Amino acid sequence: MSKKFFQHASLWLSLGTVLVIGLWPIVTHNALNRETAFTVLSAVALASSLNILLGYTGYVSFGHVVFFGFGGYVGFYTINVLGWNIWMAMLAGGLAAALLAYLLGVAILRLRGAYFALATIGINEAVRAFINNFAPFGGPTGMTLNFKIYKAYGGAMHALQLVFYIMVGLTIIVTILSYWVRTSKFGLGLLAIREDEDAAEVMGVITPSAKNWAFVLSAIIPGMVGAIYFFKNGTIEPGLAFPLRTSIEMIVMIMLGGQGTVLGPILGAAGYETMRDYLLVSPLFKNLQLAISGVLLLLIVLFIPRGLVGWLRQRYPKVRRWLI
Amino acid sequence: MMDALIRSLIDGLLLGFVYGIAAMGLTLIWGVMNVINLSHGSLIALGMFSVYYLFVGLGIHPYIALVLTAVLGLIFGVIIYFIAVHRVINAPELSTLLATYSVNMMILGIGTAIFTTTPRNIPLDLGSIQFGETVVTMTRLIAAVISVGVAVGLFLFLKYTRPGRYIRAVTDNRDAAEIVGVPSAQVLALTFGLGTLLAAVSGGLIATFFPFTILSGETYELKSFVIGVLGGLGNPVGSLFGGLILGLIEGLVPMAMPTTWTPVLEFVLFVLILLVAPNGLFGGEE
Amino acid sequence: MILQVQGVTKRFGGLQALTQVTFDLPEGQILGLIGPNGAGKTTLFNVIDGVYKPDEGRVIFLGEDVTGKKPYYLAKKGLARTHQIVRPLNELTVRENVMVGACFGHASANLSTAAKIADEVLDLLGLAPKANALAGSLNVAQKKRLEMARAIASQPKLLLLDEVLAGLNPSEIASMVKTVRAVRDRGITIIMIEHVMSAIMNLSDRILVLDFGKLIAEGTPEEIANNEKVIQAYLGDPKLAERLMKGE
Repeated sequence: MSKKFFQHASLWLSLGTVLVIGLWPIVTHNALNRETAFTVLSAVALASSLNILLGYTGYVSFGHVVFFGFGGYVGFYTINVLGWNIWMAMLAGGLAAALLAYLLGVAILRLRGAYFALATIGINEAVRAFINNFAPFGGPTGMTLNFKIYKAYGGAMHALQLVFYIMVGLTIIVTILSYWVRTSKFGLGLLAIREDEDAAEVMGVITPSAKNWAFVLSAIIPGMVGAIYFFKNGTIEPGLAFPLRTSIEMIVMIMLGGQGTVLGPILGAAGYETMRDYLLVSPLFKNLQLAISGVLLLLIVLFIPRGLVGWLRQRYPKVRRWLI
Repeated sequence: MMDALIRSLIDGLLLGFVYGIAAMGLTLIWGVMNVINLSHGSLIALGMFSVYYLFVGLGIHPYIALVLTAVLGLIFGVIIYFIAVHRVINAPELSTLLATYSVNMMILGIGTAIFTTTPRNIPLDLGSIQFGETVVTMTRLIAAVISVGVAVGLFLFLKYTRPGRYIRAVTDNRDAAEIVGVPSAQVLALTFGLGTLLAAVSGGLIATFFPFTILSGETYELKSFVIGVLGGLGNPVGSLFGGLILGLIEGLVPMAMPTTWTPVLEFVLFVLILLVAPNGLFGGEE
Repeated sequence: MILQVQGVTKRFGGLQALTQVTFDLPEGQILGLIGPNGAGKTTLFNVIDGVYKPDEGRVIFLGEDVTGKKPYYLAKKGLARTHQIVRPLNELTVRENVMVGACFGHASANLSTAAKIADEVLDLLGLAPKANALAGSLNVAQKKRLEMARAIASQPKLLLLDEVLAGLNPSEIASMVKTVRAVRDRGITIIMIEHVMSAIMNLSDRILVLDFGKLIAEGTPEEIANNEKVIQAYLGDPKLAERLMKGE
């Protein structure tokens, strides 16, 4: 029993961290804490998803926010125009993001290294510019929810609460997904691709389909998060849905905690958001928040490129077996 | 109708030259050191502010301020290289992408704190010049001429000076260049300095006719990506042609459809070229 | 015949890397592939395992025309290879490296079976003590063994070995030669590229000689050692062949 437990230590640690963040506002009965926890959990979900592509497969997507934004728009549209409920909208957002990832993946996963990164930036900008012109989605002004829609959920207060619980649920799902991928045969193939794609192909890893599935898996949850995020937000517009900076923040969080590990992106996202909260309320750093994040990022890249968990794994080989 | 077309075309082409040297900075750095400089946009914006303050604050004529800006850009680029890039130059591309992006964050963070995000513009009116039926704004014409001059200057520098030859040697094969005694760290630093110089100069030129904020750089950085890919990443001369193509698109699209469709076309083109002809429309090595 | 190579030609730009290479390989043999540097030996491997598509000719593996098929298709069908320049998956452990071979190659094992196969193969290659080390931390000789281990763990029908002896010291060579024999005794057919003549003369059932992309000779080790063309083109010294046969 204890050996089995230890074997999956990373999963328990990861789920534990997510649960602590999720339970904190419920225990403290504090709506402000709930807002903070919502932001942290959505960051965890986005970073853990991207980690499947970036950390496990080694493909650096600089435009991953496109799935968050696209899922958000599709979800918003189904609620606002088609009158679907939040559950259906969330599914629609996730499926839309997955479909987009599948189609894009067929085309751009042939590119490697910086060319892939550039293509993802280009795609994010192309989709943003397209939606800016797309009348059914409201063009540049976007869409705003009719306040009455929250009535179906017992009013805005209850809707906010529901959205928070959904977010906790999504984060738990993404954590389990991330752990499953990391410890599965499929995941071993992805790791092989990350280390040496040509060698992996020679060893029998069906690289095109493995990469494409990794891309799809890394897109589904961001699409769902987008759908509930904008439902909660009440409005959506291209600038909010596709900010390049969010893409890069996801990468920073992954780097901070440790790319290619299950626990790393969770700790990284929580740490990054906590730090940013602190900087935002501190009168001294308020204006320099972005610059300080920049300094932090540079220090990580230059001195601890493996992130916290990666550093621990490197420093203490004994923990390598269970700390992933 | 015809007039409007010609005017729009000329405007686009003149802008294309200026965009071209911005992209040249990006693609020079990519070609020599395989680094995509994600601080490019903020460096363009710093060039804008440099010319602005030298003119509005110290009363130096914008075109002389541009020369000073170039020098400052070169120095700043070398500093950035040694602080942020040198240590990760051989690491996987994610490291250099993030290192340069961290510089971007610092510049934008500090820049927003100092300059705020209120739009500025450089009060420089040199009138306009008439070619037959079409009127061309002087500042744009001069900017295009300076851009061509800068491009020619870069070409001559790379071709005929010793540092230029070193840069080309390092581009071809860094290891081999090091073996024959090329000081590669200095060469890479110089390259990053030159790339920054080009970004700053293009920013300074744009500032003579468009309003700007510290955040304006992002738009021009994205344009530089598109141009760089059109002309072939790592092919500085191709960038000038890439700039012209982008200028043409920006000049012609508004004739056929709302201007807001321009970025859609540009980025779709960008991704398509990455997929079909990653070395650019004009081929190139590799 | 486990493998038939028919009229394979491969060009790189103006360079003719392979010209009309044809041979058959019966099951269970060790086939030596020798020739000067740049003769096209590794290119031939790359054509056989699908990394390159030949400009002309066909590759038939286990009765199926596999010309132009992807490397992973061939791997699943029963082909495995090692690389002349080792390609370990650096950030994975030695065991995980070998498990990749077992999971995705012809063995198509699930994770727990793959772990068992990996431990057994690591034992065979003397890498068991290193099983939990990162592959990047191995020395060159160990990395060569790891290449072998990954290939064997896929339980291939045909194994392509690209200079697994190069850079090893005499005692390492002796143990690697033993390993190659042990692999053959498991019923795996082998083609090996090698410059260490004594080893290849001793191991091979048959030898092919490649020079400037063309097959110039084919036969038993004795026949090759006494072949005029081979001596001229490659071995140079007529006595050399004789000495090599004795393993001096």
